[in-house]
Amino acid sequence: MRDRMSTTSGIKHAELSDIFNKDEERVNWHDDTLWWIRAKRDKAAHGISEWELLRETASQIKNNVLSNLHDYLIEFESKAQANGIIVHWAANAEEHNKIVLSLLKGKGINQMVKSKSMLTEECHLNEYLERNGIDVIDSDLGERIVQLAKEPPSHIVLPCIHKKKEEIGQLFHEHLGTAEGVSDPQVLTETARIHLRETFLTRRSALTGVNFAIAETGEFVVCTNEGNADMGAHLADIHIASMGIEKLLPKKKHLSVFLRLLTRSATGQPITTYSSHFKKPRKGQEMHIVLVDNGRSVQLGRESFRNSLKCIRCGACMNTCPVYRRSGGHSYHNAIAGPIGAILAPNLDMKEYADLPFASTLCGSCTNVCPVKIDIHDQLYKWRQVIVKEGHSPAAKTIAMKVMDFTLSSPTRFKLAGKIGRWTLKNAPFTVNNQLNLWFKNREMPTPPKESFSEWFKKNNK
Amino acid sequence: MSRAAILSAILNNQPQTTTLPEDLQFDSPAKSVVTDKFVQMINFIGGRVVIIHKVEDINLYALEHYPPGARLLSPMQALDFYTPFTGEEDPHEFVNAELAVFETHFAVAENGAVWVTEDKMGARVLPFITQHLGMLVREENIVATMHDAYSVIGNADYGFGTFIAGPSKTADIEQSLVLGAHGARSMTIFLLKSEI
Repeated sequence: MRDRMSTTSGIKHAELSDIFNKDEERVNWHDDTLWWIRAKRDKAAHGISEWELLRETASQIKNNVLSNLHDYLIEFESKAQANGIIVHWAANAEEHNKIVLSLLKGKGINQMVKSKSMLTEECHLNEYLERNGIDVIDSDLGERIVQLAKEPPSHIVLPCIHKKKEEIGQLFHEHLGTAEGVSDPQVLTETARIHLRETFLTRRSALTGVNFAIAETGEFVVCTNEGNADMGAHLADIHIASMGIEKLLPKKKHLSVFLRLLTRSATGQPITTYSSHFKKPRKGQEMHIVLVDNGRSVQLGRESFRNSLKCIRCGACMNTCPVYRRSGGHSYHNAIAGPIGAILAPNLDMKEYADLPFASTLCGSCTNVCPVKIDIHDQLYKWRQVIVKEGHSPAAKTIAMKVMDFTLSSPTRFKLAGKIGRWTLKNAPFTVNNQLNLWFKNREMPTPPKESFSEWFKKNNK
Repeated sequence: MSRAAILSAILNNQPQTTTLPEDLQFDSPAKSVVTDKFVQMINFIGGRVVIIHKVEDINLYALEHYPPGARLLSPMQALDFYTPFTGEEDPHEFVNAELAVFETHFAVAENGAVWVTEDKMGARVLPFITQHLGMLVREENIVATMHDAYSVIGNADYGFGTFIAGPSKTADIEQSLVLGAHGARSMTIFLLKSEI
């Protein structure tokens, strides 16, 4: 059973990133790798002269979806059912998990192959199924690796971006029989191909995610580079697709906009190897789709935060975020990390995720790369205000802010504080140049000027 | 039950309706530009292009590249290894497919993707389970962008359809690109040049 860091109750982003940052060289490697992916995204985006127009179009389509979600969902359900797809509704994670379990038990199945679905991470599906006697194998290579390592994925598109090939080689040696010390990606991938081919051939049930579902036609699209979603689904007697209710598009032609944006934003590729459109079950097969709410309808009602539901899960915000790059996905103790995770999670559990919107410099890079123009950094800022108002700000921070407010709100107190500060830095620097001063951890204190600007101005203003 | 509760919550919470944007329109680039771009993209994504002048040329290619005894399959009647699929086969039957060749509806120049639907696959699993993949693309069926692609697809009905762009791949191990993940290890585009 997997040990879930996302239920590390209480430990917050700052402490978790301290752990991550103990190995500076490794952090630099993590940072460089993710920035390289950002650079590939840039190359792909800049190669399309109409990129900004695509973003704006996608944004408007998603705005329309959110404002008509009720009708589109009904239309999708009706069309999907007419196609022979069985549609289920799950109010929350627990209901989703129960539905999946009952579908499997109903067919006497106790082994399932899964392709990537961040929604099922959010619902903790794997653990639930394992507890109930179902063996689940994740078929996406990155997901299989973290599954073997008993960790959650650290990135929504690149699940084991935090792992070095030597570590993966060691995992494969322990679990899949490769020779010790083998770390060549080609060899390791070939090993996984053979191991997972066996899985695909023997599993009667397959679960996939849904990248896009089309209201107009009742079909859904699953995008992979590996082909694992298709290998699972086309060999299984039952194909279950888990979908967040916000993943709809109104019309099939809208896929042109989103399929042009998605993979370029995610990895810099023009499109994933496979963009499979599932419309009707294969002859003799059952096809099910589970529509999951799990807090989305609540988020829809939050005027400041509903735009987070436009997300198409490309991961571009993570790749660019300086905090994510240098703290790693596990520091966010949530299924979805990074900037988008930080604006989705507080809706689900404000106390548990109160730290996430503060894990940001508000640089706005995330907003700049988001293919559907979510105002991520604005939402991070707004969440901070909500969180503090609701009383979830840590005591130390609340006190510090109150002290700052007290000092800055009076010209006399401000002047005095400045004088004391300059005197201390000049005459007793050792009192602040030490490990008790958080600022001093990675920076030097500034050289104190001999007088404040107001003092200078008084003297020099003729 | 949950359906009613979810829909009711959504109806209550969704914002004022906004309009859908206009469809994106682009000028059609010259045919030669489109073909060149397509070939360039196929090479970029790890596939290869073989120019042919008649469909039967594919038979020669297969003879040259696959040993006798290798299982070659295709729903295309013009080929020597045409397979009379019934549509009732157990998909597991195709586990030892070495090369499978399919006719595409069209190809997309901007990303090297080809569009194939179930009726041209023989079996849904075949394009994925085969070790090597071949796709017949007629030059006159290469379109420039995905917008053109969905225009061509229109309201066509299918049980399953897919865009396939190159061989299967992964970069999950330290961002090293490896061709041949779970789907085909290689992808060959048989480009049937149009008569000038």
